Amino acid sequence: MRELMALMVGGLFAAGVYLLLRRNTVKVVVGISLLSHAANLLIFSTPALVRGQAPLVPHGAALPPAPHADPLPQALILTAIVISLGVLAFAVVLIQRAYLAVGSEELGVREVDEP
Amino acid sequence: MSMLPVLPLVIPLAAASLSLAAWRRRREQRVLGLVGALLLAVAAGLLLWRTWEEGHLVMQVGSWPAPLGITLVVDLLSATMVAVTALISLAVTVYSLGSVDPSVESFGYYPLLQILVMGVCGAFLTGDLFNLYVWFEVMLMASFVLLALGGRPAQLQGAVKYVVLNLLASTFFLCGVGLLYGMTGTLNLADLARKLPVDDSPPMTTAVGMLLLVAFGIKAAVFPLFFWLPASYHTPASAVSAVFAGLLTKVGVYALLRMFTLVFIHEPGFTHRVILVLAALTMITGVLGAVAQHGMRRILSFHIVSQIGYMVMGLGLFTKTALAATIFYVVHHIMVKTNLFLVAGLVQRACGSEALKEVGGLAQARPALAVLFLVPALSLAGVPPLSGFFAKLGLAREGLARGEYTLVAVALVVGLLTLVSMTKIWNEVFWKAAPPTGRTPVPESTSERWLMMGPATVLALLTVLAGLGAQPLMTLSLHAAEQLMDPAGYTRVVLP
Repeated sequence: MRELMALMVGGLFAAGVYLLLRRNTVKVVVGISLLSHAANLLIFSTPALVRGQAPLVPHGAALPPAPHADPLPQALILTAIVISLGVLAFAVVLIQRAYLAVGSEELGVREVDEP
Repeated sequence: MSMLPVLPLVIPLAAASLSLAAWRRRREQRVLGLVGALLLAVAAGLLLWRTWEEGHLVMQVGSWPAPLGITLVVDLLSATMVAVTALISLAVTVYSLGSVDPSVESFGYYPLLQILVMGVCGAFLTGDLFNLYVWFEVMLMASFVLLALGGRPAQLQGAVKYVVLNLLASTFFLCGVGLLYGMTGTLNLADLARKLPVDDSPPMTTAVGMLLLVAFGIKAAVFPLFFWLPASYHTPASAVSAVFAGLLTKVGVYALLRMFTLVFIHEPGFTHRVILVLAALTMITGVLGAVAQHGMRRILSFHIVSQIGYMVMGLGLFTKTALAATIFYVVHHIMVKTNLFLVAGLVQRACGSEALKEVGGLAQARPALAVLFLVPALSLAGVPPLSGFFAKLGLAREGLARGEYTLVAVALVVGLLTLVSMTKIWNEVFWKAAPPTGRTPVPESTSERWLMMGPATVLALLTVLAGLGAQPLMTLSLHAAEQLMDPAGYTRVVLP
């Protein structure tokens, strides 16, 4: 399972970086979104991956029984997902506006030269 | 438990929320913006005073004890940074009242400015790595909108580069956070400092440190990750670029200072050596980049990059005196750089342009403005007796004491080149006669002019004061640096 996750995170990073290096702003934004997925999965898989063991504390005990899924990374990811959703929505609108204003979706093609 | 540490977050949030409730009322938003900035200044002053008395202030939000809860930690560095932020926020808000276009104002300019300031203060106050990430995002979101507000093509193009590179930095930051959590099971900075390096893999700790160095390096505009800054800072409204120039990169510098004096201190022979090399390269590329520019704000933007090099240099030297010089430098730089961008906005008003070939004759037409430029410009270059001189002196002396002769030579040459660059602006904008093909000035009322000149004058006076009476600020910086060099002290107050 861990190896599979590692491969997936690596693949997402590679695809994201490849898209970031494109000139087309749409591809760049897709690349950013892939990178944020990669980061989220990386956080998800840093503690030991445990299946089917919710971190529930039984009556009378102080801690949940030994192998249990760590809830904290999931909370972190949830926050990160919300943030990346907002940021991505903004980025999409921004490149659309930039496209309308400049008339090209390529970076560095019609640079407006203001001092 | 005192609620003081949370005030710099609550005040801007309240001001922004109330402004949003008054969405269509421009006048109410202006008043709320000003009141929020004034209250923040009072709260930040109190915070600095209390921290000076007590050393550290720690607050566990929601009363969950560290390392489980949300921890706010105020040491002298944080308190100083919050105080300077409040000062800049006040100066820029007043300046905005006279300079920002009504069409921009009516799209929520003042609430955005407040949110930006909240994000900056949050980043300075938090004692938790993931909260630092969240505050960075709060700050970035507000800055994205402020940068694009107005929607001129150049602004949007600049904003695309700014957004993409900053999001990339956030992704690196997030990866670093995840890896650190995997290694230690905590994200509280004090707890991290206690648990790192993990016994079986010190190289892994250093690797994560480098990942975070890249993330914060992009935010701080360190070589070779600074390209977003000169591509975007010259495009928005002058008040916006002034607050960006003053505050945003310095949050990156603060994060570097915090992480590399508290958490990643196990291999200074490697990590801090890397930082020193980056510092030298940042100084050189920044100042050389400025040579090729022909717009006032573009030149000033490249100088931000080169000045970041000095601040990072103090961190790389990693001694108490060097860190004190860095803190002094950060405070000096925030005031001076904001001031220069405010003056650039005034020049833009007076000449209708900021391209060097289209402006001129201002020394004769607006002598007061010429003086207002000259003071921070000379301070930036490090001419005594202004604040920049003492900042550079501290760094150069400590560099020599540590035997970093090349680095000190670079720092001094870059200081000289900065002076050359400032002379270029002086010659073109103020000294030469107004060109016959000049544009028409932007019409402005007397009250608008006072609202713009006032904050610039106050900041210029502060630069002179911080130079003539450098002792109090230097003492404060020394105490703050002493706290930074004592990570055990930090850990002790957060996790008793």
